[in-house]
Amino acid sequence: MFGGFDNSYSPMWHNGPKPGAFYNFPATSTSSPKDEKQRDSQPITTGSSVIAFKYDTGVVISADTLISYGKLLRYRNVDRVFKVNDHTIIGVGGEYADFQFIKKYIDQKVTEDYCYDDNLQLKPKSLFNWLTRVLYNKRCRFAPLWIDIVIGGLQDGVPFLGHVDHRGRAYEDAAIATGYGKHLALPLIREKIENQTETLNAERAVELSKSCMEVLFYRDCQSYPQYKIATCDGQGARVDGPINVAQNWEQALNV
Amino acid sequence: MLSIEDFPEYQIPGAKQVRFNPYESNGGSVVAIAGDDYAIIAADTRLSSGYSIHTRHQDKSFKLSEKTVLASTGCWCDTLSLASLIKARMQMYEHLHNKKMSTTAVAQMLSILMYNRRFFPYYVSNVLAGIDENGEGVVYSYDPIGHCERKKYSAGGTAGPLLQPVLDSQVGLKNQVGVERSPIPMERAKAIIRDTLISAAERDIYTGDGVIFNIITKDGIKQERIDLRKD
Repeated sequence: MFGGFDNSYSPMWHNGPKPGAFYNFPATSTSSPKDEKQRDSQPITTGSSVIAFKYDTGVVISADTLISYGKLLRYRNVDRVFKVNDHTIIGVGGEYADFQFIKKYIDQKVTEDYCYDDNLQLKPKSLFNWLTRVLYNKRCRFAPLWIDIVIGGLQDGVPFLGHVDHRGRAYEDAAIATGYGKHLALPLIREKIENQTETLNAERAVELSKSCMEVLFYRDCQSYPQYKIATCDGQGARVDGPINVAQNWEQALNV
Repeated sequence: MLSIEDFPEYQIPGAKQVRFNPYESNGGSVVAIAGDDYAIIAADTRLSSGYSIHTRHQDKSFKLSEKTVLASTGCWCDTLSLASLIKARMQMYEHLHNKKMSTTAVAQMLSILMYNRRFFPYYVSNVLAGIDENGEGVVYSYDPIGHCERKKYSAGGTAGPLLQPVLDSQVGLKNQVGVERSPIPMERAKAIIRDTLISAAERDIYTGDGVIFNIITKDGIKQERIDLRKD
């Protein structure tokens, strides 16, 4: 059943049975593929990259407004970054239907916090950990929610940024990007936050976000020249946009 | 519903239905050495899959108590789940028995928790290090389905097969005649771990960026960091 590991990475253990494949001797297989639930597990309507990073007093997440259907630019004005509450923002890529499914429960949590009226609100770390558990649970049931979600915000006044994928793999970092953003935008962001000569304030962070979205639009064929930027700092959380990419095709002559 | 599997004669050789693969190797290496009254466990800080690095600052060690540290690599989502499960079980143990769990007890429990998922294993390479009831340093190593072995030194993770022979030679002094077998001093152990992980970063693309050491003594756990190559 779990013998079908792909070969794209080197095996962790050599000269032994694969995990879970120990008793599957030929012709005495304990489980046939027909016993398993057959599920098509691939994203259909997808969002592309999300880019996010911390600046001195907060966090910024940005993503374009496109949802693709394969290579078709299917929905061109859909939000992929959201304000959850005053100190939590999220950005999402991957299967959008799966995200809408999970967003319903996040909204429910926010409403619940409001109804309790005790000045306690969902903090980014709590949402991050909760998503980790939900997505891991779904992957264990072989029915993954195929989303790449970035959670940002202020955790007791300190900037927080984390990423969870469809398997429940989670990590925190000062700069996070998904999809093509990982290849194209992350090096630009890391350059700015690691070799900093001047502190990265809110204004510079938004500028950096904008230049990353411009680069992404030029090179990612499934991107769109319209995007939104969510920021969260001491002044609260907000989503700005839609912003249009300041396109400059003059430089195309030099490429 | 009928699918292509029901018509084997129509199947095209070479064509394969892609199914969801719940596992992913996120890389990383762990090295642990135990001395007479201490244990050191170190792991690199790179979290990657394939050719892309997710983060360069991932601490792969989990402090389970004042005497026990687990370092775990492999499928990172499994690692996270396993670590939080262990922590929950250790808290339950403490409330039930009104005492902290010993390193040997944690080691046994980890084996059981791993075997509990025998037919859907946690795809992780665990190394547990700590001080046992007698104050002696111990290292336990595991396979993904829960086989557990008490040792004095161990290497695990993607560069595990690369590092273990070095430890066999430098710490275990295997197949050497006329060598003095004395207890290994802490500074020597630390230097060996440092050197092995630096070498691993040269040859294993899944190991690099940095190392976090956990030095466990009767006085508690101290963390130290060094940098590794970042390419």
